[in-house]
Amino acid sequence: MATMRLSTPLRKYSGGKPEVTVEGETLLEVLEKFDSKHPGFAEKIIENGEIKRFVNVFVNNIDVRTKDGLNTKIEENDTISILPAVSGG
Amino acid sequence: MRIIGLKCRNCGKKYPIDPISICEDCFGPLEVEYNYEYIREIISRKRIADGPHSIWRYRDILPVNEKVVDLGTGFTPLQKADNLAAVLGLKELYIKNDSVNPTFSFKDRVVSVSISKALEFGFDTVGCASTGNLASSVAAHAAKANLACYIFIPDDLNLAKIVQTLAYNPNLISVKGNYDEVNRLCTEIAGYYNWAFVNINLRPYYSEGSKTLGYETIEQLGWETPDRAVIPAGSGSLLTKIWKGYNEFKDLGLIDEVKTKITASQSKGCSPITSAYRSGEEITPVRPDTIEKSLAIGSPADGYYAIKVMKESGGTAGAATDREIIDGIKLLAKTEGIFTETAGGVVVGTLKNLVEQGEIEKDERTVIYITGNGLKTQDVLMEHLPTPVKIKPDLKAFEDILKKMDKKIDADTYSGVESKVRSVRSKIDEQIEEQTEVA
Repeated sequence: MATMRLSTPLRKYSGGKPEVTVEGETLLEVLEKFDSKHPGFAEKIIENGEIKRFVNVFVNNIDVRTKDGLNTKIEENDTISILPAVSGG
Repeated sequence: MRIIGLKCRNCGKKYPIDPISICEDCFGPLEVEYNYEYIREIISRKRIADGPHSIWRYRDILPVNEKVVDLGTGFTPLQKADNLAAVLGLKELYIKNDSVNPTFSFKDRVVSVSISKALEFGFDTVGCASTGNLASSVAAHAAKANLACYIFIPDDLNLAKIVQTLAYNPNLISVKGNYDEVNRLCTEIAGYYNWAFVNINLRPYYSEGSKTLGYETIEQLGWETPDRAVIPAGSGSLLTKIWKGYNEFKDLGLIDEVKTKITASQSKGCSPITSAYRSGEEITPVRPDTIEKSLAIGSPADGYYAIKVMKESGGTAGAATDREIIDGIKLLAKTEGIFTETAGGVVVGTLKNLVEQGEIEKDERTVIYITGNGLKTQDVLMEHLPTPVKIKPDLKAFEDILKKMDKKIDADTYSGVESKVRSVRSKIDEQIEEQTEVA
């Protein structure tokens, strides 16, 4: 089982919980499985088969855009974080 | 009255004025929506000119209703840069020198607005993820406003920025990682603690502060926009907000037209916005590898909008190598007497490159934005400067060393200023020779 951390706008799909345990071999599978129990979740993150422009997904703190995107492998005990893109400086 | 609410920049969904920054439908950034019809009735050039010598002269178009936390930010000099223009072959060049703000960078603009808003929302704790300049500014404003303060920085930050920030006595947390990693951590922390992170949950208000750089430029140019603006880009937010500032003045009837070509400047070692603009592809996150830390954002959140602005305005994007950044800092200092940090070196280096490549034309009335002070990144510059000469307190010792210094100037090969100095010097030498002959 992996852990998925959700940013505030997504917590309505987890009953307000900031973290949930999830299953799946790839990121896409994890998101789809969670979506099957909490409909509407995946479409907040995925558009046309890609992660949406304003969403950043990290697996063990690494941006999946620098890995295999939605096909990134998810291992036991991995931590997935779904966060909005924010600027700073 | 002045402020309607928040609106998603991506999908248009509306929200009330709350400490939120992300659209819950599409994750797009939220932006403050103003009642421009109302503002148009009250605002005028005179009303602005009669206001304080700070960003708060533009209060009508800033998202704060109550008392402001102001250390005296803004209305910084717009300096005509004839010496630098001559070296680069430009006709009319100005420097918007924002390195002289209270904490020595443009960040005081966004922080003055966002900390004022944090007080309005009733927060008792503020924080930020920072590449250094934001850290000092948030810590200083939190001190003034008596707020608890947590600052998160990457652990490879310039020493002077750490020292300055610590002086204001915040809780400073150095994170083992780069800025993007610090930012990710803070975004997660913001989801667990009810704090006002100025660049995260207060971002819609925070980023509005940058518009004042655009307003001031127009006012100081005699109520006109420049033909070209060269702006440093980290997240890309500053560039989009300067553009917004220009256009708001037009929409409010304060100026007739906006004719500025907006141009981004980045460090070659971290240039995701410039690369995407030039290749025409989507932004790909990069791992920064550059001496320029304050713009080293590998995953620029506003990059998409920055590219849109460059296209819409007919601008372009360029970059400067580490060497060009150092040369840029030195060139600005020795031509205009302005000592800037590495971000300013990026701007000068990029300007030079784009002029040489013919992408910026020589007769364009150009403004470059110098956003931070050179005292902040002395560590980077140190090894690229000569060591001062040491002499005994003796006139003969001075004259001996002066001869050597003359030779050194002759040997210096930099094509810009030194060649001018050399030509002036040789003319003087000729005159001295002539006078000697006459005598």
